Amino acid sequence: MGIRILKGGMLTTVQDIGRTGYQSQGFPVAGVMDVRSFKIANLLLDNPENEAVLEFTLIGPTLEFTSSTIIAITGGDFQPVLNGEPVPMYTALYINKGDILKFGSARTGSRGYIAFSSYLKIPVEMGSRCTNMKSSLGGFKGRKLQAGDYINFRIKRRYLPFFLSRKLEPDHFDEESTELRVVMGPQDDLFTKQGVETFLGSEYIVTSDFDRMGCRLEGPFIASKNGSDIISDGIAFGSVQVPAHGKPIVLLSDRQTTGGYAKIATVASVDIPKLVQRKTDHKIRFKAISVQEAQKLLLDEIKELDEMRKTIHQPCKEVLECRLVAKRIRTLFES
Amino acid sequence: MQNKIRILTAGDSSLLVEFGKEISPDINRKISATVQLLKEQHIEGVVDLIPAFCSLLINYDPRVIHYEEIRDRVQNIVKMDAKTGEGRKKIYEIPVCYGGEYGPDIANIAEHAGLTEEEVIQIHSSRDYLIYMLGFLPGFCYLGGLDERIHTPRLANPRIKINAGSVGIGGSQTGIYPLDSPGGWQLMGMTPVKTYDPEREVPILVEAGDYIRFVPIDETEYKRIKELVERGEYQCIVHEGEV
Repeated sequence: MGIRILKGGMLTTVQDIGRTGYQSQGFPVAGVMDVRSFKIANLLLDNPENEAVLEFTLIGPTLEFTSSTIIAITGGDFQPVLNGEPVPMYTALYINKGDILKFGSARTGSRGYIAFSSYLKIPVEMGSRCTNMKSSLGGFKGRKLQAGDYINFRIKRRYLPFFLSRKLEPDHFDEESTELRVVMGPQDDLFTKQGVETFLGSEYIVTSDFDRMGCRLEGPFIASKNGSDIISDGIAFGSVQVPAHGKPIVLLSDRQTTGGYAKIATVASVDIPKLVQRKTDHKIRFKAISVQEAQKLLLDEIKELDEMRKTIHQPCKEVLECRLVAKRIRTLFES
Repeated sequence: MQNKIRILTAGDSSLLVEFGKEISPDINRKISATVQLLKEQHIEGVVDLIPAFCSLLINYDPRVIHYEEIRDRVQNIVKMDAKTGEGRKKIYEIPVCYGGEYGPDIANIAEHAGLTEEEVIQIHSSRDYLIYMLGFLPGFCYLGGLDERIHTPRLANPRIKINAGSVGIGGSQTGIYPLDSPGGWQLMGMTPVKTYDPEREVPILVEAGDYIRFVPIDETEYKRIKELVERGEYQCIVHEGEV
């Protein structure tokens, strides 16, 4: 009762929102890179908000199901194929025992997510099911998935109400350039006025140095006042650090807890998914907003997700039309 | 010191409290006291605290508490804790088997210092080291206060694998490797105690602000403690006292 990995893809791991509460002891948070796609995948199945999913990168996995379940696929478009037939994303899909789900490479975006209505049987370690590969902690044996791995389901859950309504407009990840909104600081005062203007006024390019720890950008030199080394301090998700080479590095899920380079700004939470779905050579621009604006954007997104939840809990048009016809037939019989 | 404390924004979900711009036991005590107060106050929405050498990163959930509110509350806590340097001091005893196959670089350290191996051991184990912060690896402690006489440059050629429990010196720092890891420190001994054990209820024993005291043991004692550790029966010796 579960899934067998036939092909692991490039980097497929079990993730949830991350392992918080242990950063003071040196444990990275890890967790999903694209929080929005992760939440939508779980939302489509009425899963708990923090239920574990599979996250895959650039080249997706191939899975065999050993029992029926319901899944939802979100994130970049990895051209999912179920038993040889293309299947839609952002839609609840019924899966039968023996089905084979195959992903290709990312046509758009760079990370994909699968949520399961039957929940992955992965032990909770230090409050989370997420994989911290560097410390071999959590997830499936603390590592990425490979051919032959088998993950059980925790429960049997093969029915969801309003099944036909469970589809949403997919997010798109195919634009060539992206504007990332940032909150300046904590150490923007260590950079020259010119340096800050360069950072906010220039185009930066995503390099191939892009993994779950961080994303290095190439572009104009950001000048600091007296070098950018600081006494190591804590790092937030989306921190933009600028080492002596003057190029920004955005720190992501597997970032170390502390670091010794000045951080010019922090990417707004709602815009981190836009960055993590980019590929090499994508163009990035930064735009400064206030912390209040960034928090409002985050709350607006939560409202948007609530709306999505409502949409998928209403009878869909097709069903309502049938009901209408049934009603008419009934009146015919009754008269 | 009060007016030097700054509360900086680190995005929409974190605040960075900067207590100063130097590494000093006073500032570190102040940070530990603030962490303690924050824990006692149970501010709803605070999800993680990362104390470092001279700052504290507070991660919070803006769905639960918004920027102005948490900033003001942190401001008050920082003010409340005007008095520093008072409080309990927790010292963890870390038994170390020095030299031989347990510490293959102890001869390097002794040679660099112009001392005998016995003197190096005596110096290393004769003071308590303040844990400024944890980072780099789970459970890795940044310790302050290594005696200048035994400062030793890192190995020119780092090792690919250093075993968990290794105790070494890297420049002006000393510490314990919590996990198997590559590294360039000069290894002087091994502790049988697991500073990080994911199987244990408390995977990491110490926290920033505590102290570590290295206690020399011989090979027999090392093996005896190691066996207890394997069986999950070893209790780390902790001394508590006033600072």
